[in-house]
Amino acid sequence: MTISSSSPNALVQLENQVDPDPKTSPRRRVKRKTWQTVVWFIALITITAVVLYPLVWLFVSTFKPNSEFGQNQGLIPNSPTLDNYAKVMEGIAGVPMGQFFWNSFVLAALSVVGTVISSALAAYAFARLQFKGLGVLFAAMIGTLLLPFHVVIIPQYILFNNLGLVDTFVPLLLPKFLATEAFFVFLLVQFIRQMPRDMDEAAKIDGAGHFRVFWSIILPLIRPALITCAIFSFIWAWNDFLGPLLYLTSPENYPLPIALRLYNDQTSSSDYGATVTASFVALLPILLFFIVFQRFLVDGVATQGLKG
Amino acid sequence: MSTTATRVIVTDDSSSKRRLLRKQRPELVSRPGQRQRARRETAAGYAFLVPWLVGFFGLTLVPMAYSLYLSFTSYNIFSPPKWIGLDNYVRLFTADPNFMQSAQITLIYVLVGTPISLLAALAVAMLLNYRDKGAAFFRSAFYAPSLIGGSVSVAIVWRAMFNTDGPVDNGLNVLGIDLGGWIGQPGLILPMMILLSVWQFGSTMVIFLAGLKQVPKELYEAAEMDGANAWRRFRAVTVPLLSPVIFFNLLLGLIGAFQVFASAYIISNGTGGPAGMTNFITVYLYKTGFADGRMGYAAAIAWVLLVVVAIIAFILFRTQKSWVHYSGDNR
Repeated sequence: MTISSSSPNALVQLENQVDPDPKTSPRRRVKRKTWQTVVWFIALITITAVVLYPLVWLFVSTFKPNSEFGQNQGLIPNSPTLDNYAKVMEGIAGVPMGQFFWNSFVLAALSVVGTVISSALAAYAFARLQFKGLGVLFAAMIGTLLLPFHVVIIPQYILFNNLGLVDTFVPLLLPKFLATEAFFVFLLVQFIRQMPRDMDEAAKIDGAGHFRVFWSIILPLIRPALITCAIFSFIWAWNDFLGPLLYLTSPENYPLPIALRLYNDQTSSSDYGATVTASFVALLPILLFFIVFQRFLVDGVATQGLKG
Repeated sequence: MSTTATRVIVTDDSSSKRRLLRKQRPELVSRPGQRQRARRETAAGYAFLVPWLVGFFGLTLVPMAYSLYLSFTSYNIFSPPKWIGLDNYVRLFTADPNFMQSAQITLIYVLVGTPISLLAALAVAMLLNYRDKGAAFFRSAFYAPSLIGGSVSVAIVWRAMFNTDGPVDNGLNVLGIDLGGWIGQPGLILPMMILLSVWQFGSTMVIFLAGLKQVPKELYEAAEMDGANAWRRFRAVTVPLLSPVIFFNLLLGLIGAFQVFASAYIISNGTGGPAGMTNFITVYLYKTGFADGRMGYAAAIAWVLLVVVAIIAFILFRTQKSWVHYSGDNR
């Protein structure tokens, strides 16, 4: 739209269109907007500082020599050192740090494989197939979403104990391969339901069976949701404390959280530096994961209401 | 599901009823072979569900039933369970001050911590919703704690930070407040645990933010034209339109808070102290069942937890009608 200078009426008209309220001229409104944005930024930066302070403190503290804990009130170490890292890498209870890392990695990686496969299979059945009992089973699945996990830990422990599987990874991994984490099934069901049915109908007319439809059409379509599930199951397995605490008894089988507990119990009074550094090292893969995949994580939560 | 059922009713291909129906409601009439297809689909459905079914029955439903049975017994793993009726439950509620304290602090933690977390999450979500530019960065930064909040690492950090001479204690000293550390103080450890849970507001906030994005801007503009102030707009537009999300976050927040374990266990070195103030129900359950070997009693604790969670979920679902609004579009 062009406004010729010879017709001031048009300008007035335009201004009225933009701003029906004559009290606030456009310029004053822009000014107010800028102010609000500045306040907005300051508020959010303050919240960021408070929220991220513990993590920054953790990182910086790994460089503090033991003598500085409790003495140096500031964030920055007076005489930074890498001694803590050297001590942590030696490990604890005769087990090197690398072993704890490897145990955590194996547990988390196999959890991802098990969770993604079993949850995707179940989700396809719930979302796309019509069969007797679907309603009841789906309701049962939703019910397990709300079930406190602690109700089943005692019988599960007795079961695995009777099978002679305590101090192996089986009790920690088997549930993942059996889709017991209803969150993932639910998330994938929601995602599959959003997918148009045209392609699977077409494939079925061409003679594809259900497994073919699942494998060649649904799985590629729901890849973003599968990635979200994979990342979450990795992080949850990596952070899991209660499961390994119950089932793993010998230190060479310990994943990082249980190993950290050893540090915390045995050295916290004498060796703060090692405890804090071990905590940071254990957290590092998760933080890196988060930085790389945060889009998937945050969007996954936003669309499906998944909890961290 | 219902269509499958209707399909099976009409089976006789030559009946006039069927021909009539085919004209009126063609989608309800099964073509030849459809019954077979339905049967095949049922078989396929169960085949896909095999892992889930094994897990549901083998690791959830049967164990639940077994733990209910165990809760009426005295059992220590080594000798067979001995039926003692309601003794465990009677003892929990009449003769076990540790349990009563545990239930009390767990309820305080849940009923105080969850609303505060929710309010913090909603407030920050509304702040982020004000402007899109730059919001993505803050959204991610605030989300990070909820991803790691339950981990042992964070519990250790929290303990170090709130301990005597830790950064929080020293910071308060500078302000002239001398609390002598939060970790050893029975009166301060629960507030500290609540702070730890509030710190993890990020995942709730992200869900709120997604909900806020769905609220049509015109509604706010209309309300503003009608002279509604900010508080009124929040009450009359934001809260009703966001109520399904609030309901969802409240339900999951309450249930999640009941199950706090790792941080309490680490912060108290597995003792539940000081003075039993971090002896949350899950910590008490773990100590009873796995440290003292009283499996039957621990099963009773687990069932009390289940019943309390079920009651809270039931109440929330029942009151849902009065305050949760599902609008026709989008949801």
